[in-house]
Amino acid sequence: MSKQNTHGKTYKFGMAIDLDKCTGCGSCMVACMSENNVPFKKDESDKKDSITWMRVYKLTNGKSFPETEICYLPRPCMQCGGKGDQGHSPCVSVCPAVATDYGHDTGIVSQIPVRCFGCRYCMAACPYHARYFNWWDPKWPGEMEKYLNPDVSPRMRGVVEKCSFCYHRYQAARDKAYYEHREEIQEQEYQTACTQACPAGAIAFGDLHNPSHKVHQLVKPDPHHSGKPRNPKAFRLLERLGTNPKVYYISEKEWVRKAGDNYLEGEWKKMNKKHG
Amino acid sequence: MKVDRRCFLGLGLGAVAGAVVSPPGMKLTDDLAIWTQNWPWTPVPKDGKVTYEQTTCSLCKGNCGLSVRKVGGRPVHISGQEGHPVNNGGACLHGISGLQYLYGLTRINAPLKKNGETFEEISWKEAVSHVADKLNAMRENGKAEKIACITGKERGSIPELFKRFMKAYGSPHYYSMPDMNTTWRTVAEKMHGENADIGFDLENATHILSFGSGLVEGWGSPVHNFRVNAQRKDKGVKLVQVEPRLSNTAASADRWIPAIAGSEADLALSMCSVIMKEKLYDSSYLVSYDTGFSAFSGLVTTGYAPEKMESKTGVAASEIKTLAREFAGAGRPLAIAGKGRGDTAGDLTEFAAVHALNCLVGNINAKGGVRLNASPDYLKFPEMKLDAVAEKGAEKAPEKSIDALMRKISGTGQSPVQALLMQDANIAYTMHDTDRVKQALKKVPFKISFSSFMDETAKLADIILPSPTFLERYEDLPSDASMSRQVVGLAVPVQKPVKNSMNPGDAVIRIAKAMKSGVSENFPWKKYEDCLESVTGKLWDPLSDKGYAVISEKKPRKTVSADLSFFSVNKGKRPEAAGDRTEYPMMLVPYDNMRITSSEVTVSPFAVKTVSDEEIKGKESFVQVNPETARKIGVSRGDKVKITTPAGSAAVRIDLFEGVMPGLIGMPKGLGHTTDNPYVAGKGVNTNQLISVSIDPNTGQDAAFGINAKISRV
Ligand code: SF4
Ligand code: SF4
Ligand code: SF4
Repeated sequence: MSKQNTHGKTYKFGMAIDLDKCTGCGSCMVACMSENNVPFKKDESDKKDSITWMRVYKLTNGKSFPETEICYLPRPCMQCGGKGDQGHSPCVSVCPAVATDYGHDTGIVSQIPVRCFGCRYCMAACPYHARYFNWWDPKWPGEMEKYLNPDVSPRMRGVVEKCSFCYHRYQAARDKAYYEHREEIQEQEYQTACTQACPAGAIAFGDLHNPSHKVHQLVKPDPHHSGKPRNPKAFRLLERLGTNPKVYYISEKEWVRKAGDNYLEGEWKKMNKKHG
Repeated sequence: MKVDRRCFLGLGLGAVAGAVVSPPGMKLTDDLAIWTQNWPWTPVPKDGKVTYEQTTCSLCKGNCGLSVRKVGGRPVHISGQEGHPVNNGGACLHGISGLQYLYGLTRINAPLKKNGETFEEISWKEAVSHVADKLNAMRENGKAEKIACITGKERGSIPELFKRFMKAYGSPHYYSMPDMNTTWRTVAEKMHGENADIGFDLENATHILSFGSGLVEGWGSPVHNFRVNAQRKDKGVKLVQVEPRLSNTAASADRWIPAIAGSEADLALSMCSVIMKEKLYDSSYLVSYDTGFSAFSGLVTTGYAPEKMESKTGVAASEIKTLAREFAGAGRPLAIAGKGRGDTAGDLTEFAAVHALNCLVGNINAKGGVRLNASPDYLKFPEMKLDAVAEKGAEKAPEKSIDALMRKISGTGQSPVQALLMQDANIAYTMHDTDRVKQALKKVPFKISFSSFMDETAKLADIILPSPTFLERYEDLPSDASMSRQVVGLAVPVQKPVKNSMNPGDAVIRIAKAMKSGVSENFPWKKYEDCLESVTGKLWDPLSDKGYAVISEKKPRKTVSADLSFFSVNKGKRPEAAGDRTEYPMMLVPYDNMRITSSEVTVSPFAVKTVSDEEIKGKESFVQVNPETARKIGVSRGDKVKITTPAGSAAVRIDLFEGVMPGLIGMPKGLGHTTDNPYVAGKGVNTNQLISVSIDPNTGQDAAFGINAKISRV
């Protein structure tokens, strides 16, 4: 299978987003665009082809005025661990070009645009719409090319792209640790652009294996059940698909937690009894 | 095994993928990849040494501290500055988009002079002498009072230089764009007899009652308040949001009270009546009241009893009582007003009614309450020498508001304003009755814009003296007055100017120096940086060292008396939403969306990308109505309709949202720009063109928050 980094430390990077704190302000989306050289077009209102590695969705409880409630849900790539959390992410499993791969040392699903030839199977496979296709050559009008970040290669027409948990930031942190003869990178040394940008502090990012990391404390992942959250207020999107996302959401509101999957009549109650 | 996993999906796609992946296929895909991507025009950004530089954002009044990451001297990413007293690490999406402003498509390359319908580039020398000559001639011909000046901001050394210029020149017509702080200051004056800013200690309040203030839509200092809201959740501090539409703030609040639009003052006074009747007020504080207390008590208990206010506010009497009891019973309650972002002046009576709640619970200058802050006086400009012309101008009073000035210009035959200086103010976009403002501007024969961008107002100018953006210039930036702590930030250039621009401070100094005596000697500095250093005095060292300085650490005075006679004196004098209810049975209420700027700064391409397809679709924008309203008028989601108000009409599409009060039309602000930037302009409708000015008789300021409207099918 995929090459593994068998030397050194392995991590399982993940994210916990507090939906009760998220205000839908959009800082995370733009921080991501700026960090990762995400292109933009004249019309970005067709959301199917509007490339947003991080996209904030609006949910409503569906009740009529004045019982209405709304909630925002930021959606990066879930970095799915796949069935049994063994690295068979839906997208990785279908890529004929090994352009996307599971990093067993980080839990991050990579995307290498120069290997991608644009078949878009991965897009069809991803249940979270986290992947986007470059239908056109990205353009940086005027002098905007000057602000591009050299740590992330700009993409080209005909390839798929998606959130990488700012993998280049991990590489930089790892290199620094290596240089300083350290085994392990620190929690604050590797943070994604969206996490840092969130003015509400709604996003926590870190190693799901490390009980001292905030993300671990918030989620309390269950190692015996592919990282299922033990915090009853935490959930993952489409949990029952078995994709084992590494992005968790937290909310006090039951309707929000319920919106994380399509439950059958009565199923939610049963499930929640089981989990106490 | 891999092929196996591919079948996970059980889609036909998986089977195809399986076939492609056999070893010869591998080679093929590789070739394909090489063939499909070998584009020479894909940029390879230059690598280099990574450095960080700190500056202050001035895209809005928040003035957040920013940290700019540079690679090989090239700015590539912006984030919030850790430890900064305003934003401590966070930044809003507009600040993060800063580099798209730096390299913005509508940046003005060089000084421009209008020649017929187009602009031609001129040199700075020509530009400065052209302006100076014209202004000199006007002054010599006794027309000193015929020039006017509008700055976007009111405070800081750059607006001060413009103000100084106007004074030396001999015209009283200096204006800055009003916002909620303008009205809060009037509240301080009327109710406390003080010339002070009103700040809100939201960090320490334990119960926040907001009358439509968009704590998470950009009210006050936006990122500061995002943080307040997040911390509030950790601390269990309650937020009650009064507003007819479920805004993001209302959604984030513990309780949403959908009161009828425009009834906020009635609701606040009704709560006062409960507090009075049940004696829930802070009697220790009330000892210091001298005036108006019993009159106020009589007024609210008879006129504003909850039962009487039910139909007017749409809030049940029992609910009004609960709200009042909870507020008065909270440890450190705080009531705030200023709708949405608070970027318009607002209705004085509404602010005063909300403030009466603060007075009754005695939170003035208390922890977690309202703070009366002396206006920041860190700038020490040298004494002015006024000649006879200047003396004469100084005796005259300006108009009451920019709106009044605009109405004067459009009302008379020849414009009383013959020259107009506009700095960081895009009035041809941001002012209500936009079309009338544009007409008025056209009547002014000589308009000078200091904008960085070819915005709606710059387009109408006769001469443009382009400014550097905040990433390329020095400027002192005092924080929004609504913050309890007063902070001054310093913008420092993190990039050499990318255009042939000039700091507006320098531009005004140079124009003044090119003027004849009378004006020029009041501008002794060689350049703006010298001026900044000398006028900030003691503050310059901390400002230039750290990038900011906190200027209000002193403990506030404890006892402040309050005067509640305002309500008995001003009874009934209120601004009114324009339009007859029978002709216009609905109400249009523009709303703020954090993701769209609605100020003089146009939204960036990045930020536009974040806007929902329920707000912009192609070139069209949507209005939100309740599904019940839609049924009544026979429209459904996505329908194209015409919205008409006394100010104008526009084509929009319908979006259904359960969170809008029936009968109300919600419409996002900040759209409908008409600049030559296809990435951000030509999308939707500018709400300002649909709103008529509604003057508050108490302040003379435009206080319109909405307008009566109708929707018809097309
Ligand atoms: S979210 Fe989609 S793109 Fe990301 S790992 Fe899962 S399947 Fe792949
Ligand atoms: S930056 Fe934070 S608060 Fe804003 S939308 Fe993203 S997660 Fe939500
Ligand atoms: S809130 Fe205002 S000052 Fe702060 S980053 Fe955003 S635009 Fe700049």
